[in-house]
Amino acid sequence: MRPNGIALRQSFLLHHARQLGTLSGLLALGLVLWALTPHFLTLSNLLNVAEQATIIAIVAVGMTFVILTAGIDLSVGSVLAFAGVVMASALHAGAPLPFALLAGLATGTVCGLVNGLLITLGRLPPFIATLGMMSVARGTALMYTGGRPISGFSENFRWLATGEVLRIPIPVVVMIGIYAIAFFVLTRTKLGRYTYAIGGNEEATHLSGVNVRLYKTVVYGLAGLFSGLAAILLTARLNSAQPIAGMMYELDAIAATVIGGTSLLGGEGNVLGTLIGALIMAVLRNGLNLLGVSSFLQQVVIGSVIIIAVLIDMALKRRGK
Amino acid sequence: MEAAPLLKMSQISKTFPGVLALDRVDFELRRGEVHVLLGENGAGKSTLMKILSGAYQKSGGEIELDGVPINIKNPRHAQDLGISTIYQELNLIPHLSIAENIFLGREPSSFAFIDQRALVRAARKLLNGLGLTVDPSARVKRLGIAEQQMVEVAKALSLETRILIMDEPTSALTQQEIKQLFATIRRLKEGGVSIIYISHRLEELFQIGDRVTVLRDGRSVATCEIADTGKPQLIRLMVNRELTEQFPKRQATIGEEVLRVEGLTTDGLRDVSFSLHKGEVLGIAGLMGAGRTELACAIFGVEKIEAGQIYVKGEARRITSPRRAINCGIGFLTEDRKSQGLVLRLSVGENLCLPSVDKFSSWGIVDSNREKLACRRYVQELRIRTPSLKQKVSFLSGGNQQKVVLGKWLCSEADVFIFDEPTRGVDVGAKTEIYELMNRLTAQGVAILMISSELPEVLGMSDRVLVMRSGQIAGEFSAAEATQEKVLQCALMA
Repeated sequence: MRPNGIALRQSFLLHHARQLGTLSGLLALGLVLWALTPHFLTLSNLLNVAEQATIIAIVAVGMTFVILTAGIDLSVGSVLAFAGVVMASALHAGAPLPFALLAGLATGTVCGLVNGLLITLGRLPPFIATLGMMSVARGTALMYTGGRPISGFSENFRWLATGEVLRIPIPVVVMIGIYAIAFFVLTRTKLGRYTYAIGGNEEATHLSGVNVRLYKTVVYGLAGLFSGLAAILLTARLNSAQPIAGMMYELDAIAATVIGGTSLLGGEGNVLGTLIGALIMAVLRNGLNLLGVSSFLQQVVIGSVIIIAVLIDMALKRRGK
Repeated sequence: MEAAPLLKMSQISKTFPGVLALDRVDFELRRGEVHVLLGENGAGKSTLMKILSGAYQKSGGEIELDGVPINIKNPRHAQDLGISTIYQELNLIPHLSIAENIFLGREPSSFAFIDQRALVRAARKLLNGLGLTVDPSARVKRLGIAEQQMVEVAKALSLETRILIMDEPTSALTQQEIKQLFATIRRLKEGGVSIIYISHRLEELFQIGDRVTVLRDGRSVATCEIADTGKPQLIRLMVNRELTEQFPKRQATIGEEVLRVEGLTTDGLRDVSFSLHKGEVLGIAGLMGAGRTELACAIFGVEKIEAGQIYVKGEARRITSPRRAINCGIGFLTEDRKSQGLVLRLSVGENLCLPSVDKFSSWGIVDSNREKLACRRYVQELRIRTPSLKQKVSFLSGGNQQKVVLGKWLCSEADVFIFDEPTRGVDVGAKTEIYELMNRLTAQGVAILMISSELPEVLGMSDRVLVMRSGQIAGEFSAAEATQEKVLQCALMA
């Protein structure tokens, strides 16, 4: 029994105000930086920011799916490194480019599917399963390369990072494409519907005849796939695949997702928020660099931003109720 | 007899953004009385009680306790004033013992160490006072719901409660447990505790209540002595319309067999056999723990079947998952709507289509137009009161939520419905509406298996009644021969 009618519609608006709130946060941040350092609002710098954001943004798409099911994936950074070195060694072994790319994507996907199976069939809590995978994938990448980076690739491959379409860098194009697809999947497909449903109430979803295990496994597989994709772009940008790449990316991806308004309890949120969240993180880093803030202080600032964003989110939700 | 009341709430108003939830409500509580608060969902009962227990702040009006005006600031303050609440969802910590739960936050201790013995002693004294013989050091998770409730009562007593608010205390209890609860309430009354009792069950208030206050749409409509009041009068006060028949007449013709269960045995069931026909309502009565929900779960593929066979429309089917059950045309309205029936964070439309998204999608892409069309149809057909299909289902009232669950299975084209406690936590008006829906379904040839703890409901709605006891079928009655006494006796027999 609760207040009905009008109050509810207001809370509905409040809910959407949340997304707008994140966006205006991003814009406000941009304005402040513009005022402080004129260089911020140049085209080249903005493209630079977008490019900086791509890797985390793409990893965060998978994270958003996972968190929407009320799960978590701590392994995305390690899986990224592992997928990167597998692809790089395929390239160095002379494999054709499409094959090497596929190898990278497949490596990520398989790691993700293993996570999913451990969680669904093995009934492990997502935190534990992916914590294990985080260590296993990282360790395997290090063993495989002997701890050394694999560097130097063909121009064709590097074009994935250096190329442009209509003056927009390829990675940014890929990011936009991925977000468009993810948005479509979440809003228009069965997979998307079930992702929200599982996160909202797994038991009720199961009792509605949904194969919860299958869809959860697929979602973790997707998280792995996006890690593989991010690995390709990162390797192309650095012209080097490093077994220590992607350290702490899982935390950045979780931060982007949460700043974007996705609830860690599952069932609530969307990828547009995550994109804004990832951009906020990138703009913040870029701005702090332009202002010459030390990297130590940067960590303090970014951590505070995460906490403040979630505090605001919770306050808004409480008022919504 | 007209002594000054213990508690006087006058002209209480409460506004939420855009909504007037309470409109100048008057409420009075005497010492040692059981005062029933009655009203449909959304009438304002919970809001009023939340103001009294300090969870909400009133927007207007005055509260007097013992003739002294007070301003209840927060739940802790209410407790200090001797006002305790036992909520429908009990607030105990399962892994702690009874004694630890009773004295949580107020443990007898020296420095940081808890005096376990004093704790258990004090708890035992309280429990004995309530006529309970359970071991105070037993974990709460091992207790039944009725016993847990007693622990809550004991906790309230340990707080020197003068006013005890009980919100739907009997909704999860069996007849026997309700009797025990009522005995406890009478004992509390003799001890001078005043009780505010919220319930949807009209039968109960005649057994336990002294006075009743009826709320409707946020206003107090009337306060009367229960001895001078009749059921029809109360129903009229609540809904402001005469409900001529609580259980509407049915016009279904019973047809061929659609479901047959033979020798079904699972973890909690032993050799259960019965059949269900087109257009029939088969009621399943029994005490809690008799295996009724387990039976539903087994048929719906949730519980593993160890032996026995299920036939759907004459064909033997292996039902190992809810998906298969749904494909067989079975729909399951679970007992616990919120935790098993609905995804509260999703919209009305998304919930309606959850079992049947497949029907509206090709290549995994949902055709939202077709989906919307189907949803609109069921919203209309079931008269679900919602501002739009996009409304989150958590914002609907209990009755409307139940209709969404019902719509879910209509949408999946089920023709065998299992209702587990279909009217639990639903107000009187919505109840009748659900009964009418059930009748409309059977008239269309749907078969219904209805599990219910409310005997009048089982007797009023069913064509046949099966009684379950310790995982078995203990008896079967036709509608004509079934009486409350016979069914209860069959359910209780050792």
